[in-house]
Amino acid sequence: MKTDIQSQIEADRSVGDFRYDVDYAYDAGVGLSEATIDYICDVKKDPDWVRAFRKEAYRKFLAMPMPTHWATKDLENIVFENIRYYLSQGQAPKRTWEEVPEDVKRTFERLGIPEQERKFLAGVEAQFDSEAAYSNIKAAVGEQGVIFVGSAEGLKDHPEIFKKWFGKVIPTGDNKFSALNSAVFSGGSFIYVPPGVKVSHPLQAYFRINAQNFGQFERTLIIADEGAEVTYMEGCTAPKFETATLHSAVVELVALKGAKIQYITVQNWSSNVFNLVTKRGLAHEDAEIKWIDCNIGSRLTMKYPGVIMKGRRARGEVVSIALAGDGQHQDTGAKMVHAADETTSNIISKSISLGTGRSTYRGMVHIPKHLKKCKNNTECDALLINAESRTDTYPAITVRGQGHSVQHEASVSQINAEQIFYMQQRGLSEAAAMSLAVNGFVNDLVQQFPMEYSVELKRLIDLEMEGSVG
Amino acid sequence: MISSASTSILNSSSSFNHGEASPFPDWFQEQQANAWDIFLKLPQPIRRDEMWRFSNLKKTSLETFLEASKIKNPDEIRNRSQGITDIAAKMIFANDQLIHREVSNLPEGVVLISIEEALKHHGELFRQHFMKHETRLGSYKFAMLHQAKLRTGVFLYLPPGVVLNKPIEIWHWVEGAHSAIFPHTLFVASKQSHASVIERFSSLSPDPAFVCAMNDLIIEEEACLNYASVQEWSAQTTAFHLNNTSVSKKGRATALQAHLGGLFVRSESDSRLLGKDAHSIMLSINPAHGKQEIDQRTFQDHIAPEATSDLLYHNALSDEARTIFSGLIKVEKEAHQTDAYQKVRNLMLSDEAEANSMPGLEILADDVRCTHGATSGELNKEELFYMMARGIPPQEGVKLIVRGFFQTVLDRLEEPLLRHCIEELLENHLF
Repeated sequence: MKTDIQSQIEADRSVGDFRYDVDYAYDAGVGLSEATIDYICDVKKDPDWVRAFRKEAYRKFLAMPMPTHWATKDLENIVFENIRYYLSQGQAPKRTWEEVPEDVKRTFERLGIPEQERKFLAGVEAQFDSEAAYSNIKAAVGEQGVIFVGSAEGLKDHPEIFKKWFGKVIPTGDNKFSALNSAVFSGGSFIYVPPGVKVSHPLQAYFRINAQNFGQFERTLIIADEGAEVTYMEGCTAPKFETATLHSAVVELVALKGAKIQYITVQNWSSNVFNLVTKRGLAHEDAEIKWIDCNIGSRLTMKYPGVIMKGRRARGEVVSIALAGDGQHQDTGAKMVHAADETTSNIISKSISLGTGRSTYRGMVHIPKHLKKCKNNTECDALLINAESRTDTYPAITVRGQGHSVQHEASVSQINAEQIFYMQQRGLSEAAAMSLAVNGFVNDLVQQFPMEYSVELKRLIDLEMEGSVG
Repeated sequence: MISSASTSILNSSSSFNHGEASPFPDWFQEQQANAWDIFLKLPQPIRRDEMWRFSNLKKTSLETFLEASKIKNPDEIRNRSQGITDIAAKMIFANDQLIHREVSNLPEGVVLISIEEALKHHGELFRQHFMKHETRLGSYKFAMLHQAKLRTGVFLYLPPGVVLNKPIEIWHWVEGAHSAIFPHTLFVASKQSHASVIERFSSLSPDPAFVCAMNDLIIEEEACLNYASVQEWSAQTTAFHLNNTSVSKKGRATALQAHLGGLFVRSESDSRLLGKDAHSIMLSINPAHGKQEIDQRTFQDHIAPEATSDLLYHNALSDEARTIFSGLIKVEKEAHQTDAYQKVRNLMLSDEAEANSMPGLEILADDVRCTHGATSGELNKEELFYMMARGIPPQEGVKLIVRGFFQTVLDRLEEPLLRHCIEELLENHLF
């Protein structure tokens, strides 16, 4: 591809770029202190152990430095004292859309959530700033004993399951942002699937940031009991504000013996959101955890979904698509910790950098001593569209002992000029040809998303391009 | 001559403080004093530092090492310095003293002298290239120690158009328990020159020692240099091998690092591609064994467009050996049509061995082709079975497979004399 072609490709990030005014009944104000945490605890009527947990996490958050010795310096632009840590209209989510207040409901209607629920979802939770406005599960699924509620309800109504796993997969001090989340978390989902239950349709959560200078800190815990199967999808949007917004979630998955969890994310935050998320799953014997992750929006995303393969023959997988446009930095990757024999992991990552966008892959694969027959396969491919685009790859692989098989491959390339020429020769415009080539690059991964999502993704990456040879 | 055998290397700034006058000019001594200050000022690296990730920093402690004493028996060392028979020139250093120099077969204009002579007779030329590039892969502190403590070394200058048909062989020996040496090598291959050089690093005895060696290879337009560095330090040695290579337009550098000995070996190879059609081929073979730790950091820095770099590192790990490979391909903004490749393969031969790989890419230009790969795997059992079925004992079979594993890298060396020399040496190091 000639470098003097000034191409401008824009993914469609306009879907979520709107905002309705909302009256908040609960507001923790601006900035973070012990008082903020007490306010959140009081409003949410947290039990004492949660209050203690939050305060301990807050101390850790203060003590930990920003990880800028390896991460981007852009993190320094987050001003923690300018952020609003808790905003809600109330703590109890509504069970029907009719009950959801009009000002909040119209946002979700515009985003098409109730419609999607009717069409293909087994349950939906819709979070608006700090709390879920709506949470419902189809009766048939509920009758199987599946629990799908907000994290606050989870910890109140199902403490015996909740407490057992909460904070166990991702310790509070895992990183500065998991500590921050642990201090101020609100919202997110709690899911429990009983032994042997296979939830036929996906459960979905939709996260919406509506307020300016807001920080969203949801906390999700999903437990699939022995032999259970569940697919969870999350989507997110925020309107485009003048100032930066912070989203810092913690997601913990626990797949017990033989269970399967698939976690699908389509992240389309507006381009001023710092999206700093910690996601990790614990896979027991014969269990399988698969993260399907697509990052299109945000100013800076740092997200490395991980799987700890704790039981024999456990399997971990990360499929990742990242699209970094002008001014965006998609810093994504995967973390695979093999902690038992015959565990296998697979990482496939594809990124596209366009304009001044930067995509980074960071990976960690760890196979400790005295294990047998572990396997990892990692493939990362990066596509660069413009001369100012940038891509980085920083994997770290540790293998101890023989009898394992680990391979990592990465490549960086441009759109094939011959392909574009071929398509143009058959009458396609340059823009359409580029768009086809980009879609072709990610196509095999897009197909791994559920139908409705892959159609949506294709539309999102349906690039509008004005190319001019200059 | 006062023996300095009992002085710690950390006690004084230079190696010439014991009644010995420095042979170096003022500007050089000033730089050395300055380097010492920087060395003292800089903190010891910590593991949190990305450039020291996975590294066993305990092994970089310098407290126990002493200034190397004068060589007692140079004749014995000369006799032991037998490598390639058919060579163009040879120099032998022991404990940072030149004990042998044989240059009669060199074509006119080729300069192959010690650093103190280079400073006397080719001061300007030497100064122009000496430690021109900062050590940036983590060991800057140790590069400063090297500069402060530098006593001698090799300066090779190939004038434009000169082609050497036979290789040059350089030896560096270390003698004495806890001795520290700081060998320095500077090669300048001028326009259209062509040469092959092998540097041999060895210990006279199994004693512990400290080595901080630097070699700078400067390949100017259309020049071609084949370089092999073969290290057989004692199993107790802590060694730093800091390499800088810069290649100009249409130049070609092939550099191989063979780490056959040492306890803790930190090898940094920094290659700059400065002109169109520049080629840098970076190779390494490491039969890591015992409690060895081989810590490799590499950098393929594409500054100019249309250049090629190709890295191939093969590690075979037995016993409790550890290796760390951290490599970065960087394509700078203007370096379009870069072709860069990086591959590290770890062959795991024991349950206690550990291989860490961090192959990195930083791409700031779009019209590029960059790939990297890292694999860690075990011996191919089918191959072993095949050999056993044909009467080859398993032990021998393993050796053959490892031999073949390294041969893939050695085959990339363009000078057959260098290749044969290393092939023979390798025989002694495969278990």
